[in-house]
Amino acid sequence: MLLPFKIALRFLKSSKGQTILITLGIAIGVSVQLFIGLLIQGLQASLVDKTVGSTSHITISSAETDKNIDNYADIIQTVSAIDGIKVASASLDKTAFIVVEGAEGQNDSSEYILVRGLTLDKADTIYKFSDSFIDKSTMNMPSLPNEVIVGKEFSETLGYTVGNQFEISIATRDSYKTETVTITGIFDLKVSSLNKTWVVSDINTVQDLFDTGTIASTIEIQLLDVFASDTILPEVTAALPPASLLRAVDWKAQNESLLSGLNGQTISSLMIQVFVVISVVLSIASVLIISVIQRQKQIGILKAMGIKDGMSSIIFLTQGFLLGLMGAIVGLLLGILLIVAFTTFALNPDGTPLIPMKLDPGFIALSGAIAITASTLASLLPAAKSKNLNPIEVIRNG
Amino acid sequence: MDNILELKNINKIYGNGEFKTQVLYDVNLNIEKGSFNSIIGESGSGKSTLLNIIGTLDKPTSGEVHINNIRTDSMKRAELADLRNQTLGFIFQFHYLLPEFTAFENILIPYLMKNSKPSKEIVERANELIELVGLTKVKNNLATKMSGGQQQRTAIARALINNPAIILADEPTGNLDSDTTEKIYTLLRKVNESFGTTFIIITHDRRIAEKADRNIEIKDGRINIDILR
Ligand SMILES: Nc1ncnc2c1ncn2[C@@H]1O[C@H](COP(=O)(O)OP(=O)(O)OP(=O)(O)O)[C@@H](O)[C@H]1O
Ligand SMILES: [Mg+2]
Repeated sequence: MLLPFKIALRFLKSSKGQTILITLGIAIGVSVQLFIGLLIQGLQASLVDKTVGSTSHITISSAETDKNIDNYADIIQTVSAIDGIKVASASLDKTAFIVVEGAEGQNDSSEYILVRGLTLDKADTIYKFSDSFIDKSTMNMPSLPNEVIVGKEFSETLGYTVGNQFEISIATRDSYKTETVTITGIFDLKVSSLNKTWVVSDINTVQDLFDTGTIASTIEIQLLDVFASDTILPEVTAALPPASLLRAVDWKAQNESLLSGLNGQTISSLMIQVFVVISVVLSIASVLIISVIQRQKQIGILKAMGIKDGMSSIIFLTQGFLLGLMGAIVGLLLGILLIVAFTTFALNPDGTPLIPMKLDPGFIALSGAIAITASTLASLLPAAKSKNLNPIEVIRNG
Repeated sequence: MDNILELKNINKIYGNGEFKTQVLYDVNLNIEKGSFNSIIGESGSGKSTLLNIIGTLDKPTSGEVHINNIRTDSMKRAELADLRNQTLGFIFQFHYLLPEFTAFENILIPYLMKNSKPSKEIVERANELIELVGLTKVKNNLATKMSGGQQQRTAIARALINNPAIILADEPTGNLDSDTTEKIYTLLRKVNESFGTTFIIITHDRRIAEKADRNIEIKDGRINIDILR
């Protein structure tokens, strides 16, 4: 039974030029498919990371407006135990305003701010404040009561810097009160509306400033894998105290256009990959069909000598498989080289890759497997042709 | 003596409708085991057609073919493949070696259709056959790197490797010089005598035909003369 493999190998070897060309053809197809696939994967990962990498993936809040969460510490504890959750952090968000002194001859004005009281060590995992400080050496997260960090635009328009104190005005039941806070850091979250309005402090500070008692307005959760929210959201919902009127919402609900964009991208990437594979299949099939015609005499004589139809088709299936195997190996190496080159040489001004691509071993293996399967399938037609060849045609016609 | 081959009322018609041509008419023929037979006849008389029907490469339009008392014209493709591999050996005018393989490898191919690895005995047998046909010097040459006569002798060794009961040859020396032709016939005769192989050989060469045990002349698709010597 080794004979068909031996013959296949010998056929490939004896027409080296053809074998090399078709192998290169498959290899280029495989490398393009791999490159496109991983490029789109990388592109999507970085897009998702930029969009929701520094936000809450699942947010728990009251279903009723203006209601708060009293027992947030308990909920955080139960929720944190769920698999796939990176961090869960409480947040108490309150609006206040600051008085901005007008220039000579002009009235003072007031600016709205959002005072965000957070479980700072956990929230820093989500928002990465400390990484986004505009001067890391002199800036710190708040550690004492009434310490805050503010955004870049906020500090620029008001001319504040680290160590400065400013007053915030807080509405009380019948009038308003003024509290003084100290700036320990200035962050740049790359979103100017946040940089302009957020004043971030520890949740306890905000609870004291606003006299709320131990409550939170939301619990913010970040996941290890953003796309796992489909399965984790129901678990989170189930973990909420019954009859609490709390509800959990995931990032997808707020990012429909991003999701449909990603979907479109995935589909077009798949289309490109499918067509690349189809063109590879067609080219292998056409070359192998030509090869069956070229080897008609050999097949005929083998049949006259008693080779079984099955064996005669295995000769061509083996050729398809071997071409696919060689093409896949060369193509994957080529593709990996292309990706390494792209991530090394196509850089942003700050030296990070333009599109960060990961050499996902699963995807690489899948590409190889698809190429080999496709090539073997492509040889079905030539194999059938070889199977059906009647030796008398060859013998009679010389 | 037993008949190794029996043909009963073989007719062969090519084409259909208006373009029908009948090539063989009611051919009846018995061939004895171990005999050395020649088929002669004019070009176009139907010799190759008859030989291909005997060799199961072609099917008669009507009639029966029996090899070793087993009817072959109604066998399935896989059974026919086995029969050709084990019982029949072919030598064609155009040697038909596989050009991608050496002489030695070509000779082993019919054996390898049934066995995954050549045994020690078969390698020995192949070498003996190579010796017999006088190819020892060129046995590792690719088929394309041999002369016409050497290629034809390789094809003869290949036809013998599975020790078939019948060898069918269609003008095996058609394009060889007369010296080589003479040598090859002496060789075939030797094989016939030492292995008891039955030979049916189409030839145009009367001198060669005279060396056979039996001469069968085909004329216009019928057996015209059948002489035992
Ligand atoms: N496939 C075919 N279709 C139609 N007619 C055919 C076919 N093959 C052979 N013939 C005809 O059958 C007749 C016998 O052909 P065959 O090849 O058996 O002759 P032959 O005796 O071997 O001749 P030669 O000595 O030239 O080889 C010829 O007239 C030929 O034209
Ligand atoms: Mg002929």
